[in-house]
Amino acid sequence: MRTEDIKEMKLVYDRPAALVDRPTHYCPGCGHGIVHKLLCQLIDELGIREQTILVAPVGCSVLAYFYIDVDGCEAAHGRAPAVATGLKRVHNDKVVISYQGDGDLLAIGTAETVHAANRGEKISVIFINNAIYGMTGGQMAPTSLVDQKTKTTPYGRKPEDVGQPIRACELINTLEAPVFIERCAVNNVKNVLKTKRAIKKALENQISGKGYSFVEILSMCPTGWGILPPAAAEWVEEAMIPYYPLGNFRDR
Amino acid sequence: MSNTVLMKGNEALAEAALIAGCRHYFAYPITPQNEIPAYMAKRMPELGGVFIQAESEIASINMVYGAAAAGARTMTSSSSPGVSLKQEGISYLAGAELPAVVVNMMRGGPGLGNIAGSQADYFQSTKGGGHGDYRNIVLAPATVQELADLTVLAFDLADQYRMVAMIVGDGFLGQMSEALVLPEPSGKSFDKSSWALTGPAGRKSHIVMSLRLKPDEALEEVNLRLQAKYREITAKEVRYETYLADDAEILLVGFGTASRICRAVVNTLRQEGIKAGLFRPITLWPFPSQALEETAKGKKKILDVELNAGQMLEDIRLTLGKEADIDLYAKMGGLVPDVDEIAERVRHYEN
Amino acid sequence: MAKGKIEVNSERCKGCELCVSVCPEQILRLSETFNRQGQRYAECFAPERCTACLSCANICPDSAIKVWRYVKV
Repeated sequence: MRTEDIKEMKLVYDRPAALVDRPTHYCPGCGHGIVHKLLCQLIDELGIREQTILVAPVGCSVLAYFYIDVDGCEAAHGRAPAVATGLKRVHNDKVVISYQGDGDLLAIGTAETVHAANRGEKISVIFINNAIYGMTGGQMAPTSLVDQKTKTTPYGRKPEDVGQPIRACELINTLEAPVFIERCAVNNVKNVLKTKRAIKKALENQISGKGYSFVEILSMCPTGWGILPPAAAEWVEEAMIPYYPLGNFRDR
Repeated sequence: MSNTVLMKGNEALAEAALIAGCRHYFAYPITPQNEIPAYMAKRMPELGGVFIQAESEIASINMVYGAAAAGARTMTSSSSPGVSLKQEGISYLAGAELPAVVVNMMRGGPGLGNIAGSQADYFQSTKGGGHGDYRNIVLAPATVQELADLTVLAFDLADQYRMVAMIVGDGFLGQMSEALVLPEPSGKSFDKSSWALTGPAGRKSHIVMSLRLKPDEALEEVNLRLQAKYREITAKEVRYETYLADDAEILLVGFGTASRICRAVVNTLRQEGIKAGLFRPITLWPFPSQALEETAKGKKKILDVELNAGQMLEDIRLTLGKEADIDLYAKMGGLVPDVDEIAERVRHYEN
Repeated sequence: MAKGKIEVNSERCKGCELCVSVCPEQILRLSETFNRQGQRYAECFAPERCTACLSCANICPDSAIKVWRYVKV
């Protein structure tokens, strides 16, 4: 295109309005930033800012409510689905999101996770799986891979000692009530766009009153894994996806 | 000098537990004590011991309960919100009379609070954070050396009296590095064969329980026994320290990290000719009431310095009575008071 | 000729290089200079080859990239 041909410059990508314009404390290359952005884009596109309540976990995203401009609620570690249940049972017309990490959802919060799903609470659960406990300095998560070295598996995760990593979507998929279960990733652009579509479905299911939705998102934790962000994106592809296959498990 | 090392508080505590013979440790990550599980993850396999990162603090205190019932020396560590979760388990340990060491590296609260050190779990530790009539032995170290020494002591006290011995440190102590001489094992051993669950070979069955439904008096009996035990501990296991208290006119009272600052305050004031002294409880339960009463006799003023809203204050008031002139310097929210802020408070007494 | 252009918020960029790694034209790199955080930030060194594909903006965890598409009239 010659300069004289350019009649107009169209802004086609900008930060979403629901994303608070401030620097985040997340590490360079952390997947939380990507998911926060997608969630905020959808809050803008679906026009649901004024009816959304976000329940934050204990973990790196404990301050998620400072970054996403909706009503925000702190929850004790692992209890977000229970807190979300309380919120949703009071405000059935609001969009209640439980945003959690792997310790929050699959370790201390296993009971709350399973039972909110089993009751079919009409909430949207966003599960960030980065196979490590980021905030507390890099301990093993229930989703850490076999042989993965962490602060509490310094010799590598040994399944005969601490069990195999847990697949959350498959676990939730054994329950009757959930209406949408999907696993995606944010390690490359194609996967980022699929993740956005999955989160959109999860939100729409709530808006239409359809039921409980669960979206698991494989994410990078460069600091926890001790590698640079592009290498971390590759590790998601090469190590995590083979164990945690992407795709839809349920879409009623 | 063979055993002098420079260690981080959390790691010194962990090594001391291993020295005391602990080979079963269960915990969940929480700042500011994460170095303890990381250290145990590394060292336990070297010693053939067991480390499990449990799924939660509730799971880990119940793993401790099981290991204790099995007759092992066992420990868990956490910080304030996690210790809140453990309260049910601690009550069960008390009711079933099981020995265990529970470490709380206190942080700012209430709620999720912050990750800086504080002393705001004094009530939780000493007044029974869980349900029912029970006490824990509560030890409050003020240096990395004490973190190690008192950990070794905690295992002995827990075994001797069949109850929970708590170490209450704080984020500052856990994170600081100091030189220490690693303690030796105490050499004490305790016979658990009359109650531990090891499989009833050649003996009648043991039952570990705290449920006493029938006869009606059964639970009262247990409680009377527990209360007698606690009276014995109160008589025998009080620990405290004084610093320049004999001729002091102003007596500072502080435990743990606050006591370190108080020591500096005393030194500063003494240089100005103000006769200040320090009374430092080392056991928070049993609280050194008698020793405090004796030390406080004749003092013009007591200044309680705490990194909380004033919790030990109540035990000081209970000990010294309504007539005592007690001032409180309370620093909340995980902040560290300046020596001069506290000294300034005392300087104003003189006027 | 460029189909569009990007603008990187140099103060917000954390230098993670995810954008650098996903750019199909491979025209992004970290700057030689530092922002106020002491961090080198992403920059496009061959803007004439930008196709406005949105890859960099999509992957950026800090929403630090704006993209314009040129409209031929």
